[in-house]
Amino acid sequence: MSSAPGYPYDRELLRQNLKTLDQVPGVSKPDPILTADNVVRRFGGMTAVDVDHLEVQRGAITALIGPNGAGKTTFFNLVTGFDRPNGGSGSPAASWSFNGQTFNRPSATKVARSGMIRTFQLTKALTKMTVLENMLIGAANQPGENLFVGLVKPLWAKRERENIERAEELLKRFKLDAKRDDMAGGLSGGQKKLLEMARALMSNPSMIMLDEPMAGVNPALTQSLLAHIEQLRGEGTTVLFVEHDMHMVRHISDWVVVMAQGRIIAEGLPEDVMTSPAVVDAYLGAHHDRDLGDDDVMNTAMIRTIEAAVEQEAKEEAE
Amino acid sequence: MDFWTDLLQAILQTALSPITAAFVIAAIGLNIHFGFTGLMNIGQAGFMLVGGYGFVISVMYGVPLFLALLISVLASAAFALLLGIPTVKLRGDYLAIVTIGAAEILRMTARLANLTPFTGGPSGIQSPRFREQLNALSPLPEGRTSFLGLEYVNTGVDDWWTRILAWGLVAIFLVFTWLLIRSPWGRVLKGIREDEEAVRSLGKSPFSYKLQALIIGGVMGGFGGILMSLPAAINPDGMGRATTFNLWMIMLLGGAATILGPLLGSILFFVLRLVITSVASEYIPGHVLSAQQAEILAWILIGLMLMLLVIFRPQGILGNKKELAFNV
Amino acid sequence: MNHVQMRRPAKRQVTLLALFALLASLFALTFQSLPAHAADCVPDAQTGCIQGLIKTSDGEPAPDIELALTGSGANGTASTDANGRWVFSVTRAGEYTVTIDQSTLPAGQYVKSADSRTVQVALFESVSALFPLTDDPTAVSEPELAEETQETAPADEEDSETVTAPQTSAESNFWPRFWQQGASGIRIGLLLALGAVGLSLVFGTTGLSNFAHAEMLSMGGILAFLFMQLSGNIWLTGLIVIILMAAAGWFQDAVLWRPLRRRQLSLMQMMIVSIGLSIVLQNIFQFFFGASILRIDPSSPKTVTLLGVTLTVQSYIAMGISLVAIIAVALAMKYTRFGRATRAVADNRALAEASGIDVDRVIRLVWTVGVAFAGLSGMLLGLVLNGIAWNTGWHYLLLLFAAVILGGIGTTLGAIVGSMIIGIVVEMANIWLPGDLKHAAALFILIVVLLVRPQGLFGRKERIG
Repeated sequence: MSSAPGYPYDRELLRQNLKTLDQVPGVSKPDPILTADNVVRRFGGMTAVDVDHLEVQRGAITALIGPNGAGKTTFFNLVTGFDRPNGGSGSPAASWSFNGQTFNRPSATKVARSGMIRTFQLTKALTKMTVLENMLIGAANQPGENLFVGLVKPLWAKRERENIERAEELLKRFKLDAKRDDMAGGLSGGQKKLLEMARALMSNPSMIMLDEPMAGVNPALTQSLLAHIEQLRGEGTTVLFVEHDMHMVRHISDWVVVMAQGRIIAEGLPEDVMTSPAVVDAYLGAHHDRDLGDDDVMNTAMIRTIEAAVEQEAKEEAE
Repeated sequence: MDFWTDLLQAILQTALSPITAAFVIAAIGLNIHFGFTGLMNIGQAGFMLVGGYGFVISVMYGVPLFLALLISVLASAAFALLLGIPTVKLRGDYLAIVTIGAAEILRMTARLANLTPFTGGPSGIQSPRFREQLNALSPLPEGRTSFLGLEYVNTGVDDWWTRILAWGLVAIFLVFTWLLIRSPWGRVLKGIREDEEAVRSLGKSPFSYKLQALIIGGVMGGFGGILMSLPAAINPDGMGRATTFNLWMIMLLGGAATILGPLLGSILFFVLRLVITSVASEYIPGHVLSAQQAEILAWILIGLMLMLLVIFRPQGILGNKKELAFNV
Repeated sequence: MNHVQMRRPAKRQVTLLALFALLASLFALTFQSLPAHAADCVPDAQTGCIQGLIKTSDGEPAPDIELALTGSGANGTASTDANGRWVFSVTRAGEYTVTIDQSTLPAGQYVKSADSRTVQVALFESVSALFPLTDDPTAVSEPELAEETQETAPADEEDSETVTAPQTSAESNFWPRFWQQGASGIRIGLLLALGAVGLSLVFGTTGLSNFAHAEMLSMGGILAFLFMQLSGNIWLTGLIVIILMAAAGWFQDAVLWRPLRRRQLSLMQMMIVSIGLSIVLQNIFQFFFGASILRIDPSSPKTVTLLGVTLTVQSYIAMGISLVAIIAVALAMKYTRFGRATRAVADNRALAEASGIDVDRVIRLVWTVGVAFAGLSGMLLGLVLNGIAWNTGWHYLLLLFAAVILGGIGTTLGAIVGSMIIGIVVEMANIWLPGDLKHAAALFILIVVLLVRPQGLFGRKERIG
């Protein structure tokens, strides 16, 4: 898993493939990198996540959207091992497979080692370490992280040099090279997001999971972040991201998964899924807060559908 | 004038004392726990006790010296695992509560009258009873040596040989810590101190690293315990919570998360205490402040200093505030 | 503490006055000798007893014989009472030598063997030393093996003639012992609960593991001792202790904890500060009161046997008071505005703040109430254990934490239930484990709980992250 899988990527071809799929929840993909089954998480009496089946297409950018409280981040946490699914009482136990490995209540460490690296909604830059140190800690292949090897510098110095080179390359790409020796705590919010993404790439993950990469990012940086994500896909890394910003979703994703009240209620191409009645219902049901409040976010088709639904409701009430 | 030259002499004696060295080593261990990894161990004296008694009892039962050392190391490591496995995944205070409790219970156990055949009970075991093998290793000729105005037996009980061993060990542990902390292993440790989740998301297991750190620091505590018992005796009350609190003072004074902090902190701490108590006993008449009251007063000062240090200068003398993270 | 500050708001005046009163009484005390060892001794976590019964050669009790105690840093004298009994209570385990003053023997009586005995005593133990008398001045024989050790002798032990074999016949003694320990367990559990509530509430609302909480127990006991000396009325003393301790809690938060929260100290730093405070307070207590045991109620305790369980009258009263106080807290947490606000802050501070709760005020109140309860607990502990010392609270720190964690940190009900369980288990463990080692049982429970269910019995998982 040490290098990118080199998936023969052609966006058009991939889109063609995806277009042929049924746009229903849980649809199987031609080449899934991640398959999740029966992932359930309850807090007290509330079911936060209840996903029967989900496949994520290899090499694609998949967006996970949904109204506030839909369980997106919880689902993220479950898949990456940061939270544990509830043992289904009566229902089959949760399991998911990633890149040929099957997991059943894995630890976050194990998930990350298998090549699925995540970032956090609130950045977790190691603020009292330098930017370079942050990067180096992201590398997965440093034998010096073993206690006994670490004591003898010659055993790890060569790998360290290689890692520094790679880190510098990535930092340059993310325009952080000038900050190399600064404390990560001194970076701006957007720069921290970039650093976190760059750090995640240090281990050449086959899939990267971004939790709201745009949240709190200065608009000037948004464009470059988008470009970075597309570049990742260009290099064959699968991307799954949670996002509120519909503009971004429409702009870069190849496939969209919609969650509401813990369940996946729709899946499909970005241009189609927004107008599906289930999605509109979900958002209206959630009082279409800021997710759809922005005009730019909604396409005309969607507005028409919503208007139709509202009229319908008004009529029903009148009767 | 005489008082001051005597004081200088005493300062030198204190600074070179094997007890000071023992505290340096135990504080290095504590620094690995708290300073570098963020583990709240407030039972370091418990590790000293386990390591010290592990060694002493083994030797008393005729175990060869190096095997006894190994037993001591294993005992400290086992103690670390026992306390660490249930707690290091949880919030920092759980480890704190368990370590302070376990250390006190160990001390009470060691002083149990029923265990006197093994532990010597409350009065402990005098060092001549377990030093024979160690003294046999001494390369020093017989006799006494005077150096810098200090005169001790070459090899005996409170001797040069112990001092050489003790400060030699300090040097070894300092280098060892330096090697560890500059390594990628140490980098992961620092990462864990800052944000465990982040490190976990990058595929390292904080649990495993924390346990490793707990074991290493605990074993150093154990060595501190052995050294502390060499000059006179091992006894349970010498390794109680007072010792732990002294170690915390030493670490925070010198600077947590620095390599040399424990060395500086330890020497400074003992010298300061010596100066304060000698000056106090010289100039404050006994009926105003008895020796025992002076001791209690010293403790009040230590407690206050601990509070003030943590509030106003958590990085200590050598530390860099930018780099020190106090997280739970 | 000068007049200038008198202009401050009333609340602060109260605290200053309280402090002044404390200092004044401390002064009063230094010139007043502490009461000598009373005629009774109940072994507990801070006390070991050395005792005996002296009878003349014809079997009559021998009163007014003087004995001296030396060793392990202690010195003292005692004399036999009308029943021929003598007793020393000691605060440290160790070797002690009891010497009989031959000149005080009744006429025509001589000590049969040596006139001194050296005994080994541990805390929570009662050791007997025998001085058989004879009317034959020439019959001075070799010293006999004259030590017997009984663990935690109940205060009513039958006036055994010469103490014979130690209680080795486990079979017949086990059940009474079991009941007795069980009852002590409930007693300690109730008192612990009183102390644990404050610890748990403070943790719940601020996240601080307050290591100085145990010193609040000691402080309560010591204040009770002081005001008992001054007033002589135990009920009045109790009232004053609660008021003063509430003031101490209020003051502590105002002077120390709130400013630290303002400075945004991390919880870890605050915890170290609390350790420092604990060291300071313990040593202040020791500075003023020394290492001796302070008897709040100097009269010798009377015992009552109920359902085969013998406890002192004080114990029954203390249990009753704790029970009432605990129920009151539990109800208050559930039904009053303060209780609801506290739970809201503990649940989600930001949310509570947003919904108009004055979080700082709630925390201040939690400190006030929590410390007041700790003080009451300390005072009752002092009555039940028949004395309080500078480090009494410290001995209960681990038990308090174990109780709070077992019940579920931050939950009031959890603190109460956890305390009861810990109290009972620890006292039961005392049947097999000597002295303070019974605390090992608490540690064991703590470790098991952390392994199996770290959120405790009533806690929610999210809290421990």
